[in-house]
Amino acid sequence: MQKTLSIEELKDICRDVRADIVRMTAEAGSGHPGGSLSSVELLVPLYFSVLNHRPSQPDWPERDRFILSKGHVGPVLYSVMARTGYFPVEELLTFRKMGSRLQGHPSMKALPGLESSSGSLGQGLSIANGLALAARLNGRSFRVYCLMGDGELQEGQVWEAAMTAAHYKLDNVCALVDYNNLQIDGKVEDVKNIAPLSAKWQSFNWHVIEIDGHDLSQVLKAYREAKSQKGKPTVIIAHTIKGKGVSFMENAAEWHGKAPNKAELERALQDIYGEEGPR
Amino acid sequence: MKMKPTRDGYGEGLLELGRTNPDVVVLDADLAKSTRTEWFMKQYPERFFDMGIAEQDMLGTAAGLALGGKIPFVTTYGVFVAGRAWDQIRTTVAYAGLNVKIGGAHGGISVGPDGATHQALEEIALMRVLPGMTLIIPADAVEAKKATIAAAGINGPCYLRFAREATPVFTREEDPFVIGKANTLREGSDVTIIACGPILYEALLAGERLQEKGIEARVINMHTVKPLDEEAILKAASETGAIVTAEEHQIMGGLGGAVAEVLVKHKPVPVEMVGINDTFGESGTPEELAEKYGLRARDIMQAAERVLGRKK
Repeated sequence: MQKTLSIEELKDICRDVRADIVRMTAEAGSGHPGGSLSSVELLVPLYFSVLNHRPSQPDWPERDRFILSKGHVGPVLYSVMARTGYFPVEELLTFRKMGSRLQGHPSMKALPGLESSSGSLGQGLSIANGLALAARLNGRSFRVYCLMGDGELQEGQVWEAAMTAAHYKLDNVCALVDYNNLQIDGKVEDVKNIAPLSAKWQSFNWHVIEIDGHDLSQVLKAYREAKSQKGKPTVIIAHTIKGKGVSFMENAAEWHGKAPNKAELERALQDIYGEEGPR
Repeated sequence: MKMKPTRDGYGEGLLELGRTNPDVVVLDADLAKSTRTEWFMKQYPERFFDMGIAEQDMLGTAAGLALGGKIPFVTTYGVFVAGRAWDQIRTTVAYAGLNVKIGGAHGGISVGPDGATHQALEEIALMRVLPGMTLIIPADAVEAKKATIAAAGINGPCYLRFAREATPVFTREEDPFVIGKANTLREGSDVTIIACGPILYEALLAGERLQEKGIEARVINMHTVKPLDEEAILKAASETGAIVTAEEHQIMGGLGGAVAEVLVKHKPVPVEMVGINDTFGESGTPEELAEKYGLRARDIMQAAERVLGRKK
């Protein structure tokens, strides 16, 4: 089981994860900082406080599973995996380089601990459902979490999977939507509106929790509430800010898939850690 | 001659797997009766999942089941699985090397009156190009059952192609079936006909008629298109010096193309290809369509004569 971390401790870890994200993308010269930064407060408490997992034994059959559906935010996942002990933190800087286990979009064959390969959007929730059905068939009690982007919800397969989870009453499935309202071509509402989102999931027979996705206590409470739901899958719709924590990346669509240069990296790290610097 | 569709062999194979392997689960997309997965559903309802008309989700769900230690067989018509869910097969299943079996029913133009939308003619091309994919096209119902059972015995993605129509059952229970190992159905030294699927029966008829003309044709059942039995192809090329391929599929990217790739690298001999020639199908009876699109024994025989004319 995991030790209980305080909100303050989790906040410190979030800062380190943000720093990892900008460092990794800067070092690689490419990658997706915007959506990685908006997901930090969803994944840090998940990996550090919620998941029942054993980083030193990534194939432990009883482990909870996390499926990253929006594969382009590999940096945030790699960072929380490294910092929970799946692999050395130093390896993060190999991201996107030839021979690295940290592929530009996650490859489960390359890195133990990754539960799926992703990069083509809209596919993760179906995988999560299949794992949840396997848990039921095998009499196991693990839970399955799946992170999707908001723009990703434009993919039809997501809604096929939403129907499947509700139909089979997969209460061991918890979907997360990083609702930062930006995608490559602009605001989600302008590109192709997904609102009203909460009503959509409700009408698909899901239990819906809507939160501020950067408020750690709200996130932790949502995970607890999801776990207590019976007979229904839960979706946590997390309202977030794309590029959160780096002033010039916040709410800027152009930082979806662009790496900071050296000067931008320095400014980003200053934004993340403030004057006093890292712990 | 006993007639039976290869999809029946799939249904029987799944029933046998249901009995012998508790990890086997079956998924269908609202076509359980037609694809014969209904037989499994009735026997093992707790291991059957109807995913509704949602093929992409079906593939992803199967991927999750495989990740959870199950051996899922996803099933629907070939057009809807190999085509519509191709990216799911590529990125979620094949890239990760997941143990998902794909049953593509209603392959080929012999689907008949439903017309071109339902006549899958592209699965070989679409599946063969995926790294790590095994691709099996059984020739009759007996072989289809064996192939289904064999598919569960290998680890990794596997596509099985079945046909709708009842076709001759000409292989025997005792014939060996090894994935990746072609079976020679008829010996011959003048020309070799390499075929897969029910059209093999036409190839055998062609072999008999060629014999009446004094031509000895070898007939090879290439039930596994990937991994391809290169040894059998090269041996046939060396010993007979001319090759005809026959398939109920587009010639482009199909079995013919696969065989030609092997030959041009190692043993270039003349090749003629029988198959669908870069066109969509249409409504009609299976017989009318086979006649119009040139998939009969006569067409294979003529191709053999053409290739013999090119042989040095």
